[in-house]
Amino acid sequence: MTNLLMLIPVALVLGLIGLAAFLWALKSGQFEDLDGAAHRILFEDDDPPPPSPSNTPAPKGQG
Amino acid sequence: MTAARTCRHCDSPIPAGTAGEFCCAGCEGAFHLVEGLGLEAYYRRRCVDPAVRPLKPEEESGSVHDFSAHLSVDAEGIATLHLMVEGIHCAACVWLIEALLSRHPAVTWARVNMTTRRLTLRWRAAEAEAQEVLGPVFLIGYRLVPYDPAKLGRDTERHEKDLLKAMAVAGFAAGNVMLLSVSVWAGHFTHMGPATRDLMHWISALIVLPAVLYCIRPFARSAWAALRNGRTNMDVPITLGVVLASAMSLAETIRGGEWAYFDSAITLLFFLLIGRYLDSRARGRARSAAEHLVALDAVAVTVVEADGTQRLLPPNRVAAGQTVLVAAGERIGVDGAVAEGRSDVDTQLITGESVPAAVAPGALVFAGTVNLSAPLRLTVTAVGERTLLADIVRMMEVAEQGRARYVALADRVARWYAPVVHTAALATFLGWVFLGTIGWQPALLNAVAVLIITCPCALALAVPVVQVIASGRLLRLGILLKSATALERFAEVDTVVFDKTGTLTLGRPELIRDGGWSDDDLVAAAALAAASRHPLARALVAAAPAAAIAADVREEPGRGMAAGAVRLGSRAWIGVADEAASAGPELWLGRPGRAPVRFAFADELRPDAAKVVANLRHRGLQIELLSGDREPTVRMVADRLGIAAWRAGCSPADKVARLEELKAGGRRVLMVGDGLNDAPALAAAEVSMSPSSAVDVSRTAADVVFQGGRLEPVAETLRVAVVSRRLVRQNFALALGYNLFTVPLAVAGLVTPLIAAIAMSTSSLVVIANALRLSGGRNG
Repeated sequence: MTNLLMLIPVALVLGLIGLAAFLWALKSGQFEDLDGAAHRILFEDDDPPPPSPSNTPAPKGQG
Repeated sequence: MTAARTCRHCDSPIPAGTAGEFCCAGCEGAFHLVEGLGLEAYYRRRCVDPAVRPLKPEEESGSVHDFSAHLSVDAEGIATLHLMVEGIHCAACVWLIEALLSRHPAVTWARVNMTTRRLTLRWRAAEAEAQEVLGPVFLIGYRLVPYDPAKLGRDTERHEKDLLKAMAVAGFAAGNVMLLSVSVWAGHFTHMGPATRDLMHWISALIVLPAVLYCIRPFARSAWAALRNGRTNMDVPITLGVVLASAMSLAETIRGGEWAYFDSAITLLFFLLIGRYLDSRARGRARSAAEHLVALDAVAVTVVEADGTQRLLPPNRVAAGQTVLVAAGERIGVDGAVAEGRSDVDTQLITGESVPAAVAPGALVFAGTVNLSAPLRLTVTAVGERTLLADIVRMMEVAEQGRARYVALADRVARWYAPVVHTAALATFLGWVFLGTIGWQPALLNAVAVLIITCPCALALAVPVVQVIASGRLLRLGILLKSATALERFAEVDTVVFDKTGTLTLGRPELIRDGGWSDDDLVAAAALAAASRHPLARALVAAAPAAAIAADVREEPGRGMAAGAVRLGSRAWIGVADEAASAGPELWLGRPGRAPVRFAFADELRPDAAKVVANLRHRGLQIELLSGDREPTVRMVADRLGIAAWRAGCSPADKVARLEELKAGGRRVLMVGDGLNDAPALAAAEVSMSPSSAVDVSRTAADVVFQGGRLEPVAETLRVAVVSRRLVRQNFALALGYNLFTVPLAVAGLVTPLIAAIAMSTSSLVVIANALRLSGGRNG
């Protein structure tokens, strides 16, 4: 009986932690782009070279 | 096209006769841009999606939207822009866009959401203009359209998040309570002490009551709205059942009683929320895809001010009397009279006519048509409510009101289900009180048990699960279901009415090889045609891509082209005596000293049109063709497809009138159309479909939008609709059969929480499993 008194709160607290984690993830937008997240990791580069204005092309009128 | 070579940039075939590795100069430029930035890994990484437009830079990438209206700059000088991206093939495209933008020194944040195809861009406003930052992305061939995130789909998004949160809470509570309930059930057989049982019940109450209060809101809100309007829906018995189950369990717990239904109440909510969430998600996706299509077509109008300056304005901010400039190839955004310039105007979307009309100063042109060959200056004659477009929209609204409000099958079932259930519960109570030997309290318990056991968990899942699977399956095929009841209405269709131009046909002319011309003639004609945007000239060039542009071509809008003494154009332009008018669009090539040569064109049918029409007829559907085009063209198409019932020269009102006639005759009509002239008919029909190439008004009016150049989606949607209807009916039968079996038990007072839980879960699982058959093979 006494172990019940301990185990039930433990189970509930663990469950609550899971619930809180899920609600946090939902709120912080972790589920906004499931497709993108799955693929993005495949293409992640090393840090791109520091951008300098010279290698930025100016837009042209005609493609 | 026989060329096996494909363009290094856009991966579309290189026209025969073009040297090099690219199909056009735009692609070559784009490739060098990507290579120059060291991003050429893109070409190795990407996988081209044939369903998406090839990544070809547009010739007028300069004529992009005015971004300033959508730009917001915060206190720190960071500008934020939300854009929709068209042309994303795969994750490599996302990577390329983000890499391109991040190379710009002013950009602080560039992130593409691959699911919604939307880009959020932030940069230091003082250092760069929007056009400058986004320039490279346009040059590569993507199309970007700004949107206002506050207006687009925020409500649905919030609703979906609320449902997901409620689902998480319900899941947490259900899991934990089930743990306790299982031990209570086990306790019934192993003589658990009443103190332990009460403890379990109290803890369950502590978990479930707040969770129920939180999770019942979506159902309670809908039930309350229905009751206030004097109707009932499925949410009424759900809300009542859950609330009563919780209240009774609490009373039992306080009393120290044996039975508590906390687990049933919360599991029920959990299952139902899963159904609701899936339903809303499937429909939200289809709707956001449809919004995407609509927004991409939004046009800005170039207004010329009195002092000669030009401004881009949305059509609704243009005033009558102003002068508007329309470049060749641009869609006309307002109704107006031509003030200056001669050109050809493609009126297909308004009238359904496939041959462009020549316009000269004084002629009236309408919003929605496309200016083809030369720039025009228009004096705006009508804006807003008085345009032809507004007329058509008004007609559409009237037609929509005429469309009898369709009641979803689930609501029709709920209409009689709810009263029956409530009567049964009341009868149980009265029966036990007056005929039985027990007091009113156990009698009330039995009555509540009836309500719990009949709480339509399986019934409420029966429709959404099938809907989710069906719409997911259609979405993968490029078919977007916009309306919740579209599938049900589809299943009842017995007549299909097609529009011609752009629906049965591709909506663009193609050269007919009728033997009246030789290859030399074709090359000579294509040399002139290459300088024009006229659809017939384009079709000619497409048939002879190798032809080089002749030197010194000038275009006489409305008549034809000339290079020296060689002329290409209308009959009158070449000087052919007007012989018997032949059907269909044509171009004549006149060369000095040689007989004029005639090129005839036809608007080609969609490749599978004949097959689909035959298939539909085979299923016993009646097919009709209503077109705004001229009689010979319509007759030819009808003959080729074997459609006996056709009408030509229909105005939008004629089309609606014919649909009303069919409706009065008891037919249930599916209308398939794309033009502005079809929009009222689309709204008037029982159910309607539109290709994604249609004008936005038509896509808005249609219940279903399909993508791609084939007509197969019409047959496929009908097929899925029929299978769905069968599955939904089976599900209803299963759910009601389960009730038939368990209600007598409940009335007899034999139901315990354990039986309730088992019965409810199994019936829900059976219904879901049955619905899943739809996603499996192509049976049915």
